[in-house]
Amino acid sequence: MHAQTLRSLNAERRTRRAAILVTDLANGKDRLVREGDVLSGHLGEALQRAFRSGKSGTVEAGGGSFFLNVHLPPPRIVAIGAVHISQALAPMARIAGFDIEIIDPRTAFATPERFPETRLAADWPEDVFKRRPLDAYTALAALTHDPKIDDFPLKAALETGCFYVGALGSRKTHAKRLARLAEAGVTDEASTRIQAPIGLDIGAASPAEIAVAVLAQIVAALRSRGLAAATESRAA
Amino acid sequence: MENLSVLDERRDPLLIAERWMKDGRTLAIATVVETWGSAPRPVGSHLVIDTEGNFEGSVSGGCVEGAVVAEAADVIETGAPRLLEFGVADETAWEVGLSCGGRIKVYVEPLG
Repeated sequence: MHAQTLRSLNAERRTRRAAILVTDLANGKDRLVREGDVLSGHLGEALQRAFRSGKSGTVEAGGGSFFLNVHLPPPRIVAIGAVHISQALAPMARIAGFDIEIIDPRTAFATPERFPETRLAADWPEDVFKRRPLDAYTALAALTHDPKIDDFPLKAALETGCFYVGALGSRKTHAKRLARLAEAGVTDEASTRIQAPIGLDIGAASPAEIAVAVLAQIVAALRSRGLAAATESRAA
Repeated sequence: MENLSVLDERRDPLLIAERWMKDGRTLAIATVVETWGSAPRPVGSHLVIDTEGNFEGSVSGGCVEGAVVAEAADVIETGAPRLLEFGVADETAWEVGLSCGGRIKVYVEPLG
């Protein structure tokens, strides 16, 4: 591996960008391919498939043998609302292999005492996203019930293409939310991506049970989007 | 908090490799490129090795790391990459192999 290739690869990984390291197994020559790079030919098709599936492997192309090591960003959950559900969701998400961050501008909720060992921002989502933007490998769960806090991150998540977008609230609450989002310029097509009422329908009642339902729905979205290997890519 | 990454700076073999390189150490990188059966580490896993035989990461559950570290010394010396294959250990004492019954191919290359 070339020294510069390693530095570039690590830079991509540190900033949560998908990249594939292609190594010619005959001579060790390597190059880094970033998502969105123009790709063509048999190897190009294999690279595009690998970006979607997240699976590393060897490909035969043009008489050579190439190893594609796929590095997708580890999946992450951003929960809006330092609420009771989030207190249960944070440790569950970590156990399931997700990085999780809780955002809530209400400083009474967002305290380290309520969220030990959790990445926590007592700040508006607008401001946090400027520092740490959402991306396609992020799931967003809006859990405050408060339009002032939830609406902006929901719109941002849909625009970014987060692999999961969910919002807490009854059907009635959600209908009002859809009307507000439409007014803010979100298309119907986009807003149907919001999972609401949030969580798989398992009859969850307590905050911890709702956290299970939300986490299960996030796992289902992750596994069905071909991002499956994102977790395994921690193998690196 | 400004760091976007959730990579484990202390345990991630590729981050360790970059750090070692910066410290002026010479090293090899081993990568699992193919697996059959119940291989312990997935394709893409890394082991990084320096000239002193220090290593981080893994390409198996610990069964073949010793052999890979030994090969890495040659790879660093000659500068030529090598493709190694490991299978089930046979009855021969000290034979390197995978007790899980799988087979793996490991690519070992110099860094630099």
